[in-house]
Amino acid sequence: MQAHLRMLDSTPDGLNSGKSPLLRTIGLTKRYGDFLANDCIDIDIRPGEIHAVLGENGAGKSTLVKAIYGLVQPSAGEIHWQGQPIVLSGPADARKRGIGMVFQHFSLFDNLTVAENVALGLDGKESFKDISARLAQVSKTYGLPLDPRREVWQLSVGERQRIEIVRALMQDPKFLILDEPTAVLTPQEADQLFIVLERLKAEGRAILYISHKLDEVKRLCDTATILRGGRKVETCNPRRETAASLARMMVGGEIREVNAASSRKTTVPRLVVNDLSLEPGEAHGVRLDHISFELRGGEILGIAGVAGNGQDELFAALSGERLSKHPDTVVIEGIAAGRLSITQRRRLGAAFVPEERLGHGTAPRMKLSENALLTGHAASGMVRRGFINSAAALKTVDLATETFDVRKAKRDPEAASLSGGNLQKFIVGREILRNPAVLVVSQPTWGVDAGAAAVIRQALLDLAAAGAAVLVTSQDLDELAEIADRIAVMFHGRLSAPLAASEATREKLGLLMGGSSLEPQEAVHAVGA
Amino acid sequence: MELVEAIILSVLAASTPLLIAATGELVTERSGVLNLGVEGMMIVGAACGFAGAWLTGSIFIGALFGIAAGTLMSLIFALMALGLAVNQVATGLALTILGVGLSGLIGAGFVGERITPAAHLHIPGVTDIPLFGRVLFGEDGFVYVSIALVIGVSWFLYRTRAGLILRACGDNHASAHALGYPVLRIRTFAVMFGGACAGLAGAYLPLAYTPFFIPGMTAGRGWIALALVVFSSWRPGRLVVGAYLFGAVTILQLHAQGWGVGIPSQFMSALPYLATVVVLVLISRARSGGSTAPAALGTVFVPDR
Repeated sequence: MQAHLRMLDSTPDGLNSGKSPLLRTIGLTKRYGDFLANDCIDIDIRPGEIHAVLGENGAGKSTLVKAIYGLVQPSAGEIHWQGQPIVLSGPADARKRGIGMVFQHFSLFDNLTVAENVALGLDGKESFKDISARLAQVSKTYGLPLDPRREVWQLSVGERQRIEIVRALMQDPKFLILDEPTAVLTPQEADQLFIVLERLKAEGRAILYISHKLDEVKRLCDTATILRGGRKVETCNPRRETAASLARMMVGGEIREVNAASSRKTTVPRLVVNDLSLEPGEAHGVRLDHISFELRGGEILGIAGVAGNGQDELFAALSGERLSKHPDTVVIEGIAAGRLSITQRRRLGAAFVPEERLGHGTAPRMKLSENALLTGHAASGMVRRGFINSAAALKTVDLATETFDVRKAKRDPEAASLSGGNLQKFIVGREILRNPAVLVVSQPTWGVDAGAAAVIRQALLDLAAAGAAVLVTSQDLDELAEIADRIAVMFHGRLSAPLAASEATREKLGLLMGGSSLEPQEAVHAVGA
Repeated sequence: MELVEAIILSVLAASTPLLIAATGELVTERSGVLNLGVEGMMIVGAACGFAGAWLTGSIFIGALFGIAAGTLMSLIFALMALGLAVNQVATGLALTILGVGLSGLIGAGFVGERITPAAHLHIPGVTDIPLFGRVLFGEDGFVYVSIALVIGVSWFLYRTRAGLILRACGDNHASAHALGYPVLRIRTFAVMFGGACAGLAGAYLPLAYTPFFIPGMTAGRGWIALALVVFSSWRPGRLVVGAYLFGAVTILQLHAQGWGVGIPSQFMSALPYLATVVVLVLISRARSGGSTAPAALGTVFVPDR
């Protein structure tokens, strides 16, 4: 208890500790039913400081900033703004006081123009013309170019974030909240963002920066508050900590190291894609453009790229959710599978783990055993003469639970009742237990806590070591560097030539993710196609 | 010449209730709510509108009764679909069934009664100009109201801040909520506007189209209005094209049957539907890029506080 108190009192010895706080929360608590999302959180934010809030998924970061932005009402505790206790009636109230926010999942409207989106984020009675003029001015001042007349769905993720930032800046905020702003950016785009943030800091604005990327926080932030399980663990100066010590505070223990097998033998080609092109299946979709690669057994190929560059479409084409025009564009285990259904592809030994856990990877309201059956029915003993063998399905659940450390309340609960990390372990486990020859997995550890992520990555490495071919799509470059043998980049529906993991530096990948090509040889590829 | 004028007049009369109801539903759907109860709100509007006019002897008060009835019906929908977050499709269908029954109950005492239908505008000299005088200056009040309504809605949606906010709710309710807009309140108003329009459109039938009430007199016009909203890809301008086209083909095929064209009458009766679908599909195909439906249409929204 004594130690806990000392921790709360300790102030960070950053540059700004002398200034009085711009915003302070005292004992901020948010309760949802029995669940404490935030438990007595004290945080001080001073002008001219970039203050990180670190924590794993579910640590309470988003709830905290929603309370500060007036989106949720705290159950207990106080928020002080410029020394005065305040109660925020809503986001408009927060904006009026000078609190701005850039959301993680952008709060943009796809079918409206940039100028309309900006106008919706402003409260004044400004005319549309004045807004457009001011938009042009702010975007020029901060070097954030935007075309006010374009509709949002036409823009890249980086451009969309620019809208959010410009919109927040147009209100001249004293305090700006950014919720995981770099999660969707290329390294180069992130660098650009940091320049803007440094400039805002120099102007004396305070910034609350939510992230779980420790390198960024160490590089950018003056102070860091670490949350775990809804509570504040520590406030520190991240520059004096190591990434490992920050990670320990976030997780509350050591994270298991992932061991890559020292030498994996590559064997026969198990998944081959030949000149795959596919028109988008829905509005705003991406067209797959002459994609070719070969993946051998024992190998992990990583596909990097900013979300929305055709990864979903590629997954659909590989899994058979969408059929290709020609059978030989997708070859699984030497058999042309481009026109085969999902089930037929599974029978060839392929397994698929989509990005979205609930609704795509599993049926949320069905039990785990039923979900095991949904992908396992084709190629395992779970169905006999058209009847379900419930015992076999349950055994799969037990086996996955044991092998992959799935934590759940009951033996066979509904999929939706599991936490993200545990459900992901189950889904990946379910597919791996089928001993696939080819595993196509999309964003295997997105929104998963560090412990579960380590288990999943290890499982993928082990599967490859056992001779399977593994294709991993991920936006997390660190993850790909950790597990992939080769890394290719998707941009606008095209796939770059794969780089050996040892040569794939962040800079090179970043350039590819932004659409630049590394070598002029690409032209040769196009002619060949 | 007189025949052409008569045809145009009857086309306008047939199109007006569709246009009014569809305009209201367009606003509702633009806010992200799918209210399939248009037919039910219309038929209750028809019964109450007739009742109001018969009791007071005033077409204007009858129309107000229709509007009030439609609005009340839409409030039932809003309570269920927005307040209690019930599935919108099921609620809308239930509303139609309720409306059909309710209108029979309300209108039972009025079947067989007659009223003086809505007066037509008459400006001496101007209305008497041959060919277009009566078409432009000799309509009943509802026709002028319907045109003002479409222009007003178009202006509201694309030129006002409130209209922008309404469209934003229909595009992404989570974002609108995150920016601090009261999504459910905005949607409730949009649903009420849709109800008011449906009620007025229903009231038009016994007050101006035929001066008496019979049960089920909307005869599926509410469903046509719903379809027009979809096929017009949620644009008020195209709604006018669709509504008048539907009205025109309906009237023309009747005349064609009268002239004894050798085509089965069943096919002729189906023509308005076919023609409207074909033309509006062609229009929306010509549009490039962008999705047409409000992205949040028909989805349930429960804000977390």
